[in-house]
Amino acid sequence: MNKEKVIYGLYGDDDVILDAVKTIRSKGHQVNEVYSPFPIHGLDNAMGLKYSRLAICSFIYGCIGASCALLMFWYIMIYDWPMNIGGKPNFTLNENMPAFIPVTFEMTVFFGAHLMVITFLIRCGLYPGSTSKSPDSRTTDDKFLMEIHTSGDEKEVKKIKDLMKITGAEEINEK
Amino acid sequence: MYTFTKNTKKICFALIAIGIIAISYGFYSASEKHYSDDEIKKTVKTLYQELSTVTVKDKSHSKYKSNGDYKFSDLFYAIENKLHCHFSQEEIERAETIDDVIYITKHYFHAQKQRPWSSLFVSNLFFLMISLGALVWLAVQYISQSGWSASLLRVPQAVTSFLPFGGLIMLFIIITGALHWHHTYHWMDAALTNEYVVEDTIGTDYPIYSNEKIDGVVKNKKYDYIIAGKTAYLNIPFFLIRAFIYLIGWCLAAFMLRKFSLNEDLEGGLRWHNKMFTTSAIFIVFAAVTTSTGAWDWIMSIDTHWFSTLFGWYSFASFFVSACAVIAIITIHLKYSGYLENVNENHMHDFGRYLLAFSIFWTYLWFAQYMLIWYSNIPEEVTYYLIRFESYHILIIIALILNFATPMLLIQDRAAKRLKGQVLFVAILILIGHFIDVYVMIMPGTVGTHWHLGFVEIGTFLGYIGFFTFIVLNSLSKVPLSQKNHPMLIESEHHHI
Repeated sequence: MNKEKVIYGLYGDDDVILDAVKTIRSKGHQVNEVYSPFPIHGLDNAMGLKYSRLAICSFIYGCIGASCALLMFWYIMIYDWPMNIGGKPNFTLNENMPAFIPVTFEMTVFFGAHLMVITFLIRCGLYPGSTSKSPDSRTTDDKFLMEIHTSGDEKEVKKIKDLMKITGAEEINEK
Repeated sequence: MYTFTKNTKKICFALIAIGIIAISYGFYSASEKHYSDDEIKKTVKTLYQELSTVTVKDKSHSKYKSNGDYKFSDLFYAIENKLHCHFSQEEIERAETIDDVIYITKHYFHAQKQRPWSSLFVSNLFFLMISLGALVWLAVQYISQSGWSASLLRVPQAVTSFLPFGGLIMLFIIITGALHWHHTYHWMDAALTNEYVVEDTIGTDYPIYSNEKIDGVVKNKKYDYIIAGKTAYLNIPFFLIRAFIYLIGWCLAAFMLRKFSLNEDLEGGLRWHNKMFTTSAIFIVFAAVTTSTGAWDWIMSIDTHWFSTLFGWYSFASFFVSACAVIAIITIHLKYSGYLENVNENHMHDFGRYLLAFSIFWTYLWFAQYMLIWYSNIPEEVTYYLIRFESYHILIIIALILNFATPMLLIQDRAAKRLKGQVLFVAILILIGHFIDVYVMIMPGTVGTHWHLGFVEIGTFLGYIGFFTFIVLNSLSKVPLSQKNHPMLIESEHHHI
């Protein structure tokens, strides 16, 4: 059994790498990762990635935010220290609800936005203390890198390298 | 080319027939059940005397015994039996003198007379403003140079073809209002805006009112200084002139956009596209002003004493999201019938976003208007919501659920927005919800607490659906479904999100 090999193909243009991903995948190879300085429209589809579940997280965070806000209002304004502001009813949360809606909305947005960004960063591996995962620092500037894992079979490595060359790779490395 | 099939036509005609039957029945039953003011006065007075001659001992055996123990509950009960009407508990509690009883009874019969007019008005306004909303939608696509919608712009164009029809009926309603056939706009009554009345003519059918102190006049008891203070804007000639300006402006813009797009089909090139861009830009400015003033004129002036500064946007948000829903429904209908092969789930996604965004915008404005009035609690502002929350509470809740909760929960998810069926379902619910919203805007000021959502209202609404669908699909079947020379057609075809 050969050791697993990783092949890197460096590309100079986002359209070229998008087409390359499509071609290589249509030939039956798995593209494991693409490093790019900016998001490429349609790349996640081309790579066959699952659709992000971040939106569901965001909905849940929003619900948490709304609940926190209402709990806070109930405790501060109704339970602990009812305050008479402009003669508005302050005995139950329900009766005084319209006054609380704007801030509840703000809290929903606040929780949704912040927790979503934090989740996104953690999911991308950008938490504090993390190290760069990019194998080639040029991908933070103007180059695009494709990463393919193979079983290390000589024939297959050559096939993939040829495919990369055909699809326009500027540089091909093997690790 | 879209072919307007016989079956669809049959459904439209059936709906129109229901509408005509409903509105005729409404007018018939309103005139049948109607008593003149004098008759009401006489009947109430006779009943009052009858009741007061009955001794306390006999009272327990009287056939006019009611359950309530307010001052006039027995009298109201007697009137209900005699004239076949119905009073709310609040009205029975409110009456303090016999004049109040006469006034409340008269009010009931005036509301009954007003009912068919109001139901016609609600449906007509709703569909007229939907076609206006579609025109704004069309103009927005041109101004923003949107590529995604280029292959389906014939749909909003067809929807705008309802403008002249709805406009004519709107003018009919306004002019008959000015002729005092109905009292949708009670500020049109000269009795409210004139300080003096000629003494000899009081009590006749047509008293003569005057704002100057001429010979033989006395103070007018019905004078309403708040409404009188608004006569500089709310007077019949200016009101009619404004209505003409709005309708002519809107119809002209709709006609021009359609004409230019047909010319573009023939000639190609960018010339007509640029012309449409300019027309749209000018129209948007015109619409920005006229949708607000139109809403003040036609809707807000019903509750003449009340005003709200964001009412124009609030009602326009309602009509615009309804227009988005109608355009989405027609597009999905075309898609189901096998037309518009370039329209796919990406376009559905955009429709879903339109519906969701403007539903939330509507809710935002609805709540902004409500909360400020609730919080400041100023009597002249609060009256508007008082009657709505006391008598129309259930409709407000239904409207909020349909217009806010439904789109929020059903088409927030990306996958849901991309399903034709789900967008169609939500669009229909939104349409119903906004009809109810418009109903709640109009009815409290015209028929008061005596509202019904019965055969007359729903029948008229169904009739209007048939009428509107017939006009729109007929206009859609006259021209090719795709603007073949639209410069962004290819972008629309490859639209991907």
